[in-house]
Amino acid sequence: MSAMKSTSSLGRKRSFFYGGREDSSFKRLLIHSVLIIACFIAAYPILRIISVSIRPGDRLLSTNLSLIPPDANLQAYTTVLFEKEFLQWIWNSLVITIATAMVGVTLAATSAYAFSRWNFPGRSVGLIFLLTTQMIPAAMLMVPLYILAIRLSLVGTYRGLVIAYSVTAVPFSIWILKGYYDTIPLELEEAARIDGASQLTAFLRILLPLSTPALAIVFLFNFTTAWNDYLLARVILGSQERLLTWPLGLQRMQGQFQTQWGQFSAASMLVMVPTMILFLLSSKFLISGLTLGSVKG
Amino acid sequence: MISLDLVAKSLTEILSTILYVVGGTILLEIVLYVLLVRFLKLKLAMPYMLLAPAAVGLIALVIYPIAWELNISFTNMSLRHFKVTDYIGLTNYLRVFVDPVLKQVTFLSVLWKTVLWTGVNIFFHVLGGLGLALLLNRKMHGRGIYRTLLILPWAVPQVIAVLAWRSEFHFEFGFPNLVLKSIGLQPIQWLSEPTWNFIAMCITNIWLGIPFMMVILLGGLQSISSEYYEASEIDGASAWQQFRNITLPLMRPVMTPAIILGTIWTFNNFNVPFFINQNELESSDILVTALFRAAFQYNRYGFSAAFAFIIFAILVVYSLTYLRFTGGLKGAFE
Repeated sequence: MSAMKSTSSLGRKRSFFYGGREDSSFKRLLIHSVLIIACFIAAYPILRIISVSIRPGDRLLSTNLSLIPPDANLQAYTTVLFEKEFLQWIWNSLVITIATAMVGVTLAATSAYAFSRWNFPGRSVGLIFLLTTQMIPAAMLMVPLYILAIRLSLVGTYRGLVIAYSVTAVPFSIWILKGYYDTIPLELEEAARIDGASQLTAFLRILLPLSTPALAIVFLFNFTTAWNDYLLARVILGSQERLLTWPLGLQRMQGQFQTQWGQFSAASMLVMVPTMILFLLSSKFLISGLTLGSVKG
Repeated sequence: MISLDLVAKSLTEILSTILYVVGGTILLEIVLYVLLVRFLKLKLAMPYMLLAPAAVGLIALVIYPIAWELNISFTNMSLRHFKVTDYIGLTNYLRVFVDPVLKQVTFLSVLWKTVLWTGVNIFFHVLGGLGLALLLNRKMHGRGIYRTLLILPWAVPQVIAVLAWRSEFHFEFGFPNLVLKSIGLQPIQWLSEPTWNFIAMCITNIWLGIPFMMVILLGGLQSISSEYYEASEIDGASAWQQFRNITLPLMRPVMTPAIILGTIWTFNNFNVPFFINQNELESSDILVTALFRAAFQYNRYGFSAAFAFIIFAILVVYSLTYLRFTGGLKGAFE
């Protein structure tokens, strides 16, 4: 691959579809301006949230389009952090999310191993079933899950939420992990078994460490599923103030009779920034994991 | 503020949950071991034991609720008939097509809205994603910065992004209306005018979905060897011919699953229509939000169960047809 790439600097004229520095300067200008406009559109709503969050309280809604107001301050942030239940929401979301990701990754890692290494009766039915679950509209399961939660007295607790999130994330996680396990040669485990390791040791000591990137993706997938969920949390947690996760809390902030836009935006920023950093740091992993199953060989 | 009392309480709750899960799993594995290895002397006991915990979870939280839902769909269960319900056969399924599914809208109009919603979104996702991927697939200054900025909409938590967009559609203070006013045009009633509300939903979702397509398609483009383009250039192919005959066919294995997934996600997208519209205009409901409203606002449980199965069937039929025509997931069962 690297040898092939280096030939592209020979100075031959490049086509539009894999151009290089040899593009004409007009074309380069055009490409850069399109990309800059696209970046602006992509970032604008986020810039607006920042802008509203630092506006002083008496001019929250403004018809002025300039992004940084002249008398900016951080008052909305201190209010959100120290006078509202915001930290409580974040804490609630965080414990639910981490527990979900731990349970979810473990469930998926072992199940995917079974699908990848054995050809047992019921295997393809199982795989098709997992794929089918992806087509179930989320709202479809809400009524039965709600009634199930009432019967098991799980309404208003985190217990039901954690189990429900980790189980609903399992099918997609199994698909990702199975695809990754498939690319790891069977010989590695066989060699370990000849040396006297049990099947389980071979899995734990050889396959799992080699699958770290895929495990990271699955962890992240479970994490975001639980972290960003609104629907199930609303159904299971109801409206108990102390239990709310941040999506419920934020919606409540906006849904109030008179929305405090500054505080709403500050709270959004405080949730958004760590989430975005986590996402951007892991995006390389994420992308290679998502495309792995489809691009083989 | 956060109180230590609540922190301790939620921690114990979470830890006990994990203990329950671990304990349950150990118990399950012991039972399975005794049953499969000791009694049945099964050679393939290992995969079943590995699958058991996830299988139990899926049976309890997916299969059982669906079976329950199927049962309910044949009854007249609603808030009025909650404890005592009567079996009314296929009446609910018939009602979905004959009666309005909500107060004012019929099934066919919601279905049409959903198909339109999915089609418009996927079209622009692929168009925008492919366009940006093609622009980025070259050596250039600032490529990394562009890529990072363009991924942002995917990185923002969806609920926040959609609530932020909703405030942009504010009649007086939203960005689009301020721009319209400044160039002397009439501002638009984004949140109360049905057609514009639908367009607002589409704009939001297109903004949200382009980065995913762009990233997947860029990965696909990068895996195409430049030799193909070099060879075709020697033969004098134009840029458009290269795109038609090299880029598109070689992108198919990446594009097919991305489009299937994208379609299902868009079709089932709850957050965007729900938060842009905030349960106000029925005309802006797509199938999944209409389903939520039928179940949780109008409390027609039996009816909404039948409604849910019809939506599910549509998705399954769509995916099977698409897979058959494109041979999309062939390698996955090897």
